[in-house]
Amino acid sequence: MVDVMYFAWVRERIGAPREQVETNASTVADLVEELRAREPRYAEAFKDLSALRVALDQELSDFDAPLKGVREVAFFPPMTGG
Amino acid sequence: MSARNHTRVQADEFDPSAELQGFGRGRKNVGAVVSFTGVVRDDDGSLDRMEIEHYPGMTQKAVGAIVDKAITRWDLAQCLVIHRYGPMRPGDQIMMVATAAKHRVAAFEAAEYLMDYLKSRAPFWKKEFTKTGKTAWVEAKVNDEDALSRWEENGLA
Repeated sequence: MVDVMYFAWVRERIGAPREQVETNASTVADLVEELRAREPRYAEAFKDLSALRVALDQELSDFDAPLKGVREVAFFPPMTGG
Repeated sequence: MSARNHTRVQADEFDPSAELQGFGRGRKNVGAVVSFTGVVRDDDGSLDRMEIEHYPGMTQKAVGAIVDKAITRWDLAQCLVIHRYGPMRPGDQIMMVATAAKHRVAAFEAAEYLMDYLKSRAPFWKKEFTKTGKTAWVEAKVNDEDALSRWEENGLA
């Protein structure tokens, strides 16, 4: 079970800021595949991974990173701070 | 986090001149203080407000880590970053950076490095609301990433 969080337009497209996901995915990309298969709103949000960033336990990471031991996964668009 | 690291992530407004009172003072090794303030811009008068979303929990850590890197790389005596989230109007201050170093080149470079990294590596997202009710997420620019590679080419990022 992992906490999955969404920010900015990813949150708006999915329609929730966070949810608990039961998964055996071994990498972030595998988790994305599982989410895409759920419902069209997920497929829409995860259409183009190059437009997305991911953080694992609040550290920026990559889509091919392993999920083992990870408690919190966050998906969001490129950041626009400053 | 380094004791020289003063990082704040907050919804409240701040007063840059008050923040700079005493900043970098009382230290014999400080010869230069540089500060930058980012302000909500409205190019054509259509902007009603901006809202900045962030990732509570990660934001403070990510900003703190960027500040720690700058402190080490430019041997800063003190470094201050304040970054706001929530709703803001045109003309409001979004964030500020201040650096205190031995020499001016270090103070300026560190401030630029901080701005470049805060723009694309700190978890903030800006959304604009126009006076006519339109909304749009501000998109990251390709040259935001180029700005980072400038620091990496030096082999120190």
